[in-house]
Amino acid sequence: MKSAVIVFPASNCDRDAATALEQMTGTKTLMVWHQDSDLPEVDLVVLPGGFSYGDYLRCGAMANQSKIMGAIKAHAGRGGAVLGICNGFQVLTESGLLPGALMRNAGLKFICKQVGLSVEETQSAFTRKYDKGQTISLPVAHGEGNYYADDATLDRLEGDGRVMFRYQDNPNGSARNIAGILNEKRNVLGLMPHPERVVDPLTGGTDGRGLFQSLIETLS
Amino acid sequence: MTTGMKTVTPELVREHSLTPDEYGRIKKLLGREANFVELGVFSVMWSEHCSYKSTRAHLKKLPTKAAWVIQGPGENAGVIDIGDGDACIFKMESHNHPSFIEPYQGAATGVGGIMRDVFTMGARPIAMMNALRFGEPSHPKTRHLVSGVVSGIGGYGNCMGVPTVGGEVNFHKSYNGNILVNAMCVGLARTDKIFLSAAKGAGNPVVYIGSKTGRDGIHGATMASAEFDDASEEKRPTVQVGDPFTEKLLLEACLELMATDAIIAIQDMGAAGLTSSSAEMADKGGSGIELDLDKVPQRETGMTAYEMLLSESQERMLAVLKPGREDQARAIFEKWELDFAVIGFTTDTSRFVIKHGGAVVADIPVTALSDEAPIYERPYAKRAPVTGAPTFDKSKPVLASLEKILAAPDMASRRWVWEQYDNSVMNDTVQHPGGDAAVVRVHGTKKALAITTDVSPRYCRPDPFEGGKQAVAEAWRNLTAVGATPLAVTDNLNYGNPQKPEIMWEIVAGIDGIGEACRALDFPVIGGNCSLYNETNGEGILPTPAIGAVGLLKDVTRMATVAFKRQGDVVILIGETKGHLGQSIYLREIEGREEGAAPMVDLAVEKKNGDFVRGLIASGRVDTVHDVSDGGVLVSVAEMAMAGRIGASIGMAALPEAAPFWFGEDQARYVIAAPFAEAEKIVKEARAAEIFVAELGKTGGDALVLDDKDRVPLARLSAAHEGWFPRFMAGEEIPATN
Repeated sequence: MKSAVIVFPASNCDRDAATALEQMTGTKTLMVWHQDSDLPEVDLVVLPGGFSYGDYLRCGAMANQSKIMGAIKAHAGRGGAVLGICNGFQVLTESGLLPGALMRNAGLKFICKQVGLSVEETQSAFTRKYDKGQTISLPVAHGEGNYYADDATLDRLEGDGRVMFRYQDNPNGSARNIAGILNEKRNVLGLMPHPERVVDPLTGGTDGRGLFQSLIETLS
Repeated sequence: MTTGMKTVTPELVREHSLTPDEYGRIKKLLGREANFVELGVFSVMWSEHCSYKSTRAHLKKLPTKAAWVIQGPGENAGVIDIGDGDACIFKMESHNHPSFIEPYQGAATGVGGIMRDVFTMGARPIAMMNALRFGEPSHPKTRHLVSGVVSGIGGYGNCMGVPTVGGEVNFHKSYNGNILVNAMCVGLARTDKIFLSAAKGAGNPVVYIGSKTGRDGIHGATMASAEFDDASEEKRPTVQVGDPFTEKLLLEACLELMATDAIIAIQDMGAAGLTSSSAEMADKGGSGIELDLDKVPQRETGMTAYEMLLSESQERMLAVLKPGREDQARAIFEKWELDFAVIGFTTDTSRFVIKHGGAVVADIPVTALSDEAPIYERPYAKRAPVTGAPTFDKSKPVLASLEKILAAPDMASRRWVWEQYDNSVMNDTVQHPGGDAAVVRVHGTKKALAITTDVSPRYCRPDPFEGGKQAVAEAWRNLTAVGATPLAVTDNLNYGNPQKPEIMWEIVAGIDGIGEACRALDFPVIGGNCSLYNETNGEGILPTPAIGAVGLLKDVTRMATVAFKRQGDVVILIGETKGHLGQSIYLREIEGREEGAAPMVDLAVEKKNGDFVRGLIASGRVDTVHDVSDGGVLVSVAEMAMAGRIGASIGMAALPEAAPFWFGEDQARYVIAAPFAEAEKIVKEARAAEIFVAELGKTGGDALVLDDKDRVPLARLSAAHEGWFPRFMAGEEIPATN
């Protein structure tokens, strides 16, 4: 599986994503600058966590105006896999690749902690190596992870089996405890928790490996 | 052009916090009257904050050398060798006054400033810590200040993508009008890629990089060198505003430039901005410097030379490049969408020359701003340390006292604080906040750095010397408790007004105490910062010499954490317990008194006990260790039990009195837990080495059981321990004053 990580100004989990991918795939991950207009030929594009453009405007809004976004939308349109983590998820909702929006945490504070998630669906390139209903523990680290969409959209997400992860103890006020969702074509995943931070038992656990293993099995 | 020139009058000199004597000295150095711009330059360069004029003579006594020290005090940060070509660069610095006036921005820019100090030397920051002191919880401003400072630290550090891995939070009424915000940054570089600030050579281009210069923070350094009064909040315009987004770009751009060989010298613009960065670089390089302010990127129009020179706008750096490398550097900064301007050049005149609007507005010998700055041997009034052992009520039930202590403002869990800090970004955090020391892996290796900040201010007022010693010893102990070899120290000395002889004594004795401990423990001081004048309306803070320290774990898999890990482990106390209750948490929280002698540290015993414990961890025999500090042995055991969610049954036969044993704050002690067979060997070895050792009991169950008769469920202790901070911040609880 060949992968690329997009680097926006003030992305700060770009190295983490690349390190996790390299550790899991054994191959080099390509770093792509936001001002590039073309993507290299890859199977997976990752929009990493961070504070693109300082999040001074709505989170992800400025990044969505980057030159590279055209190529990412085209990649997704061709059915290419896109993974947005944290700030990357925010960029994906801003871009319209995923429905809904991420608002300020209900508690109004930044939250960094390990949270329990249930894996809701395993019919996807991102979750097939997990068991349905399995509990995993991933860290969250965000100030604006409160997922919102109107009821009709939420019903559709649930009806289509596109809610991939739910919080067991909702840390941010997200609608229906949603932590991660898929697009209709099931090739774009956005989630607030950080799977790339849990691929090493020494630094927090290995519960994020399943996501990368799923992608490797699907895309290699 | 507007020069904004005013005539220098005695009144104006006083407004610049310079004494008539100091102005006389300035005139002598210049050979004439200073103009208004020069007066501004001298006022910041000779401020306590920049010149260390009260402390320099004493700081010289600190030990700063060891085989592993690459760079000691005097640069932006200290540097140590951690093997394999890796260097660790770190420093701690205060941002106290700004944080009291404007807590969010004050704390945020404190974080930004210390990060720049570290990355300007070529390091990528890998961990942040902070030592925070607030007023008593019942003070009307405390909650607002805690909330603002914590979100400011998080707001800046989180955006930078550098994990904030721990620190300290204390409450005490002496900080009611003067909180302390000390931030520490630890970075990594290669030993052959360390950048210094010496602007050597003449004719080399001086370049300005980062944010534009605005009118914020003018005279911040001078403010930090004066006492506070009720009108201090009017100084809000002197507080800088942070922009972590720009700093993140500046970090990446600087590291990219540093990967080339274009740089001769580089320094961040911190306190006193353009003035101190340029003057210090010229001073260290033994050169002169000439700057043209018309070329400085400006955020607003009509700024005067005075304003530009004294602005403390954030996220700016100054570099001296090799001639001809300007375009290479410019391309990097343009890629990162940052300002880049050649604003001057180095000279061989040894003068600091500033032009604005085509005219020379300042022309000062460089050494007048550095070596010639006044140094004061301020008079001090020695006072005998407080002595004596306090009385206490012997009838108080031990476990009820424990529960109360675990929920005390200074002892309760700081989860509310550190959950607002991203502590796992960069994927190398091995020990998160809540342990004895944070442990952060050196990326891509099996090595790790252990990091801690420590001081017990309540020991430092009754005995400034022992308090200084103890701060160093506790930092050393905390690093040891995770298994690290302690390597070096950065000291952040927070005291009151040095012009008061009784305060000056606290400073002198504190530095002497730090020096004695650092020498005995082979733990050199490689950098630091002094924050004096921490007084409001004449009331000084408790002396607070915060110690930031770093140690090395050669193999991160040989590490200890505080959490109990197995049922049936033997719980062992290492180190002698005489039952020292003077100035203890127990005395304050249970008896409501701050009395008696501070505990003494026997540094030889400290070293012996610590080396023994570290040896057990390094050989893989012990993985569960907690130092004994605030609150004593029982608090340590309770914290180990709560962290591991495993109870313990402990006791001590034939104690004359229970409270001094369980809550005394004798130094040089650790609690460890190990399986039975290993524990027996450890006890034997300790006795053979003449180290005090006692078997306290065994892990197991879901309660803490004392002397086989009293018990308290862990869930109840955890609820008390975890509950206080969130309840306090939610406004549900205003505890009694401490």
